[in-house]
Amino acid sequence: MITTRILPSALLDVRSPQRLLERNAMVYRRSWMVIFSGFFEPLFYLLSIRIGLSALVGDIEVGGKLIPYDEFVAPGLMAAAAMNGAVLESTMNVFHKWRQAKLYDSILATPMSAGDIAIGEIGFAVIRGLMYSTAFIFTMLALGMVKSAWIVMSVVACALIGFAFASIGMAWTTYMRSWADFEYVPAVTLPLFLFSATFYPLSSYGSWSWVVQLSPLYHGVVLVRASNLGEWSPSLVVHAGVLVGLSVVGMAVTASRIKTLLLK
Amino acid sequence: MPPPLITARSLVKRFGDLVAVDGIDVDVQPGEAFGFLGPNGAGKTSTMRMIGCVSPVSSGRLEIFGLDPAHEGRAIRSRIGVVPQLDQLDQELTVMENLVIYARYFDIPRAVAQSRAVELLDFVQLADRADDKVDPLSGGQKRRVSIARSLISEPELLLLDEPTTGLDPQARHLLWDRLHQLKERGATLVLTTHYMDEAEQLCDRLVVMDGGRIVAEGSPRALITEYATREVLEMRFGRGRNEERVDDVLGVGERVEVLPDRLLVYVADGESALAELHARSVIPESALVRRSSLEDVFLRLTGRTLVD
Amino acid sequence: MSTPAPLRVAYRDLALYRGFWKANFVAAFIQPMLYLLGIGLGVGELVDNGPDSAELLGGVSYFGFYSSALLATTAMFTSSQEALWPTMDGFQWSNAYRAMVSTPIEPRDVATGLTIYYAVRATVGAIGVAVVLALFGDTRSWGLIPAVPGAVLTGLAFAVPIAAWTSTRTTGDSFPAILRFGVLPMFLFSGAFYPIKQLPDWLEPVAWLTPLWHGVELCRGLVLGGLTSVELVGHIAALSGFVIVGWAICTITFRRRLQP
Ligand SMILES: Nc1ncnc2c1ncn2[C@@H]1O[C@H](COP(=O)(O)OP(=O)(O)O)[C@@H](O)[C@H]1O
Ligand SMILES: [Mg+2]
Repeated sequence: MITTRILPSALLDVRSPQRLLERNAMVYRRSWMVIFSGFFEPLFYLLSIRIGLSALVGDIEVGGKLIPYDEFVAPGLMAAAAMNGAVLESTMNVFHKWRQAKLYDSILATPMSAGDIAIGEIGFAVIRGLMYSTAFIFTMLALGMVKSAWIVMSVVACALIGFAFASIGMAWTTYMRSWADFEYVPAVTLPLFLFSATFYPLSSYGSWSWVVQLSPLYHGVVLVRASNLGEWSPSLVVHAGVLVGLSVVGMAVTASRIKTLLLK
Repeated sequence: MPPPLITARSLVKRFGDLVAVDGIDVDVQPGEAFGFLGPNGAGKTSTMRMIGCVSPVSSGRLEIFGLDPAHEGRAIRSRIGVVPQLDQLDQELTVMENLVIYARYFDIPRAVAQSRAVELLDFVQLADRADDKVDPLSGGQKRRVSIARSLISEPELLLLDEPTTGLDPQARHLLWDRLHQLKERGATLVLTTHYMDEAEQLCDRLVVMDGGRIVAEGSPRALITEYATREVLEMRFGRGRNEERVDDVLGVGERVEVLPDRLLVYVADGESALAELHARSVIPESALVRRSSLEDVFLRLTGRTLVD
Repeated sequence: MSTPAPLRVAYRDLALYRGFWKANFVAAFIQPMLYLLGIGLGVGELVDNGPDSAELLGGVSYFGFYSSALLATTAMFTSSQEALWPTMDGFQWSNAYRAMVSTPIEPRDVATGLTIYYAVRATVGAIGVAVVLALFGDTRSWGLIPAVPGAVLTGLAFAVPIAAWTSTRTTGDSFPAILRFGVLPMFLFSGAFYPIKQLPDWLEPVAWLTPLWHGVELCRGLVLGGLTSVELVGHIAALSGFVIVGWAICTITFRRRLQP
């Protein structure tokens, strides 16, 4: 019974969230280009940095080892791609389905519940992000940037990033009133993208490094980087814990907001 | 008599300070076509949403299939079909896909959903539009897709909120025809409307709602017999001059109602009443005798017209 | 004298813009600021400590090199997006342009009006970047003033041709692909982040053909100096070419769409 007090009832009543996946798959089957073109975004970034910036920057020291700049940046780009995919799907797309298409109103008239919708939509955003992460690993493999077989674990790390950002993103979207409010989304994701130890090591931030550690993306970047190098340490549990915690909060807020706003 | 499908006692819906539904009592029997007739803002949609388990009851008792919506919403919703006031079709999907995915929300296997969807599109005469997107369809066609969609789960109870509002006469008649067929097959229909002709056409029994309350209840015929006469004589004396002619027509019928543009005289025999007025040299600009309708019942009960 | 028709078209979109210009205006400062701190200073420190950077960048700091290009890249992104979904709204979802041409307004006035509107939006964005650049010593120069119209011209070189495409579409399904396969690669490979001579030899001439390269070279040259008059005229001519050809195509596609 403790769970019922911590989690809102809306999140406990979940039975068929996979129906939302089915519905979204039906839609994207016709506009697959939208999904497909997303594979290229991180790829282009990686290639550009490899071709140009690597020569300018030279090698960079991480944990006592010198590695080429593009190999340093790759995990950061992979984590950022997971974040961006999840945020895009859970903010703009959800807002359209909720406010304009009234999709959730019609779904709530069926046996589906608010929790089903929350988990289903968040799950879909995560899966979409995972497709990109997986493709990214193959790109790194093709470019000879993979350091360890543990790289497969970075898919798990990206799933955690996706969950955290999709959940928080969708929860935030339930508070949005108009499209103009979406101007603020990049105002949040852009600093996270730039300042999460993605483009240079935490040590470069000097005395500002504690700010970086407030970024949820930073915790994801650490996990992906550890996977790529196959270097495990107990502290990673804390980084994963932060992402799991955000996911649970976001999902709970989303489910209960759907319930209070649409079932009134 | 079997137990009612829907039972409401002192049912109330509040939105903050506003009381949308103000203590209504309703019983709907299986196989019945039951209507809520009332003007905009009467509380019809609020009532339907509570029955559809998408809006919590503020106070009073509500049971559907003998179940409590507060705790068994999912079970109730799996047994009802809903046609909402505004079509909420999935714009990103085709007509066929709309039906199939809706069936999936009810956990109906895909193959079953497919074959039912084909049958239902046939039933609503939209088989040829199966692979079109929803958006280009006309209002009446969208309404028929909504009805087909609501039937995909083979519901025991169908809720229709203003099924024909905004449709042209031809589209309305096609829709009425389909709903009649459903009635003949024994479906239980609950519908709302602010058209008296629709209520007369479709409902076995109805309640008249106004300001969140039920002001009358019965079959369309019984309500007309109770609250109106057999016929109505409508006369126009020209704008602004109707009021001053009331005295001239008094005594001809049982009751006179004054509307801004005409006088209504409630009588058993309209033609002879008109003849009598002619004899008294009361000559209106135009006169018309018609059968009385639920509109007259509503006017009698509230002093207002249904559609203004 | 009555208001010229294209201005009446621009008024409609500007009226919509009034609804959210505040959020947009703030973003116009914050976004370049973030890039300057994140990439210009952050990556700049790595680059300036790099082995061959001084030689590759021709003696300028990476901050100055990257930040001056930001004028052009920001204009490219905002203008391109403006020519996709919001423009689609006028053609398809709200149907405002169809309504306009049922008045004495001609499809070519719609094309010109939209161009004016894109220019206003791009100017707001470019001023935002220029003000931020003026805060830093490496990029503080009088050249920022002519660089603002340079950035606007770069934005139009994207917005106007893209609007021609948008006017032929009924859904936005192709828009993400335009951004990802057209705009993003230019952002990454047209000299904004590093000199294009670092590109593979076969790719370098391709970069010359992109409007962004001309925009970046123009803005960078104006802000940091060192632009010959031939280069100046060449870049302006190239960018204007994209705008003029785009506008000419718009007059045809708009007419087909609005008066079929
Ligand atoms: N979600 C809501 N929030 C606040 N007031 C509402 C809401 N839904 C309906 N109302 C109000 O409740 C009253 C009854 O509305 P409704 O049930 O929609 O009437 P009807 O369907 O008969 O036109 C109206 O005054 C309406 O404004
Ligand atoms: Mg209603």
